[in-house]
Amino acid sequence: MKRFLGFVKKEFIHIFRDVRTLVILFGIPAAQILIFGYAVRTDIKNAGIAILDSSKDEISTALVSKLESSDFFILKENLQSWYQIDSSFKAGDIKAVLVFEDNFGEKLIGEGLAGIEIIADGSEPNVANLVTSYTRAIINDYMLEVNKPSPPAGIMIEPEVKMYYNPNLESRYMFVPGVITIILVLICALMTSVAIAREKEFGTMEVLLASPLKPLHIILGKVTPYFILSFIDLIVILFLSWLVFDIPVRGSLVLLLLESMLYIMLGLSLGIMISTLSKTMQQAMFISLLGLMLPTIILSGFIFPVEYMPWIYRVLSSIIPPRWFIIIVKDVMIKGTDFAFVWKETLILLFMTLVFITISSMTFKRRLE
Amino acid sequence: MSNEKVIEVRNLVKKFGSFIANDRLSFDVYRGEIFGFLGANGAGKTTALRILSGLSKPSSGDVSVAGYDIYRHAEKVKKHIGYMCQKFSLYEDLTVTENIMLYGGIYGLSKKLIETKTTGLLESLNFSAYRKRIIGELPLGMRQKLAFSVAILHDPDIVFLDEPTGGVDPITRRQFWEMIYKASSDGITVFVTTHYMDEAEYCDRVSIMSEGRIVAIDSPAGLKEKYSSASVQDVFVKIARPNNN
Amino acid sequence: MIKSENISKRFGSITALEDINLNIGQAELYGLIGPDGAGKTTFFRLITTLLIPDTGKITVMGFDTVKDYVSLRSRIGYMPGRLSLYRDLTVEENLKFYATVFGTRIEENYHLIKDIYSHLEPFKKRPADKLSGGMKQKLALCCALIHAPDLIVLDEPTTGVDAVSRAEFWEILKTLQSEGITFLVSTPYMDEAVLCDKVALLQKGHILNIDKPAGIIKGFGKKIYAARSQDKFRLIQDLRSHPSVESVNPFGDSVHISFVGNSYDSTLVGKLEKAGHRNPSVEQIKPGIEDVFLELMSPEENEQ
Repeated sequence: MKRFLGFVKKEFIHIFRDVRTLVILFGIPAAQILIFGYAVRTDIKNAGIAILDSSKDEISTALVSKLESSDFFILKENLQSWYQIDSSFKAGDIKAVLVFEDNFGEKLIGEGLAGIEIIADGSEPNVANLVTSYTRAIINDYMLEVNKPSPPAGIMIEPEVKMYYNPNLESRYMFVPGVITIILVLICALMTSVAIAREKEFGTMEVLLASPLKPLHIILGKVTPYFILSFIDLIVILFLSWLVFDIPVRGSLVLLLLESMLYIMLGLSLGIMISTLSKTMQQAMFISLLGLMLPTIILSGFIFPVEYMPWIYRVLSSIIPPRWFIIIVKDVMIKGTDFAFVWKETLILLFMTLVFITISSMTFKRRLE
Repeated sequence: MSNEKVIEVRNLVKKFGSFIANDRLSFDVYRGEIFGFLGANGAGKTTALRILSGLSKPSSGDVSVAGYDIYRHAEKVKKHIGYMCQKFSLYEDLTVTENIMLYGGIYGLSKKLIETKTTGLLESLNFSAYRKRIIGELPLGMRQKLAFSVAILHDPDIVFLDEPTGGVDPITRRQFWEMIYKASSDGITVFVTTHYMDEAEYCDRVSIMSEGRIVAIDSPAGLKEKYSSASVQDVFVKIARPNNN
Repeated sequence: MIKSENISKRFGSITALEDINLNIGQAELYGLIGPDGAGKTTFFRLITTLLIPDTGKITVMGFDTVKDYVSLRSRIGYMPGRLSLYRDLTVEENLKFYATVFGTRIEENYHLIKDIYSHLEPFKKRPADKLSGGMKQKLALCCALIHAPDLIVLDEPTTGVDAVSRAEFWEILKTLQSEGITFLVSTPYMDEAVLCDKVALLQKGHILNIDKPAGIIKGFGKKIYAARSQDKFRLIQDLRSHPSVESVNPFGDSVHISFVGNSYDSTLVGKLEKAGHRNPSVEQIKPGIEDVFLELMSPEENEQ
């Protein structure tokens, strides 16, 4: 028994003396609680909506102001025609468009029935669901109010719900772009950093540095296989999504591939940067996983929408490259946008890549110290 | 050196697949002697050592250590032996005292006994000032000496040392061997492997392995006479062929 | 070939090297002898341009190791211990890689490695990881030689390898030396020191002595005696307690001693006999490098 206890005591000492185990034991659970407590929202706030009100009568305007005055929605745009719906979705700010048919009020009072369409952005199924149910609730509320005075006015507002981009609200529309984002950053950053750290750990880096090989060659040599392989991986994923899951690339395939190449380079330069900070493979893996994987999954908007997180999370999220790339992928793949709508995100990714490359070239050592 | 056998090996065979690492080894080790186990890299020394210390089982053959059959009473064997290997001896992120307490506890010594022994051990090594230092911060020589003391803390019948002085400076090496001499004179049998041929000379008897077999076993003086050599190193060069694999 | 002037190197609060001055001539087999932590590896890294000295200057083949490191890196073959091989690459693949990195092909300088490679050839398709220690050394040496450098720096190439392989290795070095290659080798094994043309004894970052092996021994003032007896342990203890004996160092089957004031005490043998030693003997011997080293090592190492 004593032996056993002695051994247990030793294990405790190991744990408390190693920063890494402490981070895993305490840091991660704390982070999880904070994140899931705050970041994950199953409600919405200030969701942008647009209205296409061909009728502009008393009832439609009343409904609109009711929606607007609620905390859940912000009226962003008043559209004039059907053709504008597509571009307003593409611009990205709008989660749903409410369409009132012509002579809405008249029809309602006259026939007791009129049509509203709720067209939600189906590329984010979670949000779309929330938006539609909240809208419905508000409409129902209005109906109750209006129907109160007796005799019941007997009006019925039946909203027709359409999911734009994703008619059947399939969750895979959400997952595939997310998976692409994660896999690419995983292969590029994680694997590159481990590959370079491996040379350090095994001592072969010493001989390489002492040889005529320029450090630049060493880095490029490490990075090239992963560049090629990630690209192949990307093609395979896209092909499988199309074949098995029926997810098309609605926008320009070329644009998607070019953006992906930028993202791959970003991942690679991030990997190089991580490797300059790590002495061993284990360290490289630790930093990559903790610093990349987890934040990517939770804070990139992959599963949980970023807009509804507290501001501190939104700030953190903005420095994570996957967050921007996922927007690009969703836009190009699911919404079919062209470059005009994603130039902002592209610029951000470009900037990040340059920063990582600069830092890496400054910290990559030509010598052993 | 007494006549009592603490290790008896008869026809020990260890195979890995079709590769025969130990090919019918037979030898005895007597109580209190310093037994040197030499051989080229790949000759099968480490394999045999692991079997004798209960870390692996033979493919066939009879092996008895400290009077216990290692097939049936491996656990009893472990209680009566000490073990020190080059790659790892003490936990690097624990202090000197913590390591001693840990191993003392593992071998079932009472707390009081551990404390007494710790004080004695540290004093004899002149390490008392380093009680609370983390092992990782101490120089290699100190660590090895400490590791040896910990290996014999529970007064085992036999202590197995696997290349204990690798990389250590010449003075510390000698101090280490004086510790071995003292242990031997206290009745502990020492079974040691080494690459330093001059250390082979410190042993009472030496066995030389080559390609899985024992090709010579005798006292250093006996070996030198038999092979007309001035040193055990010369004998070694003559009869041990490195395993060029 | 190599000139090191006033070299010092510190890592934080630890002084790895202090005031190192030495010269290595062309085609010399130069040994850097010293135990763990002496500073050998640090010095080699300074020579191979992997570190920058805090003070002083090193010139190799006329090039400054700090300013002209690019030119130097293609002229030096470096073998840092046994960690310079790619474990999952085969013998052949490792060799080809190093040849390519240095802009050459295996065939070009094959004559240099031919003899060594003959041992390795039957295993050329085996991953480097699965080779024995001695074989790894040979492969690493081949990889360092393959681009026919003028200088080869080997950091403890024989550590942890058995005596036979060690002897073989040094024979190979000597043969290659006749090709005009300069070798700078470090080793903790004192018996290998005598095989060098010149040695520098290093301890805790300081040079204790530099000379030809024979010169070091000649310059050693003390007379060394080998004491023998059946009971080694008691012999050591009795010698230590003897007032006329100065240094006592076990050396295999004898104990090397020196006397206070360097004068032999003829009563010693008799006293040992009286103390119960069977057949004690004390005879003068020629000191070896290790005797010199033990004497020169700083007293704080000697805890007794």
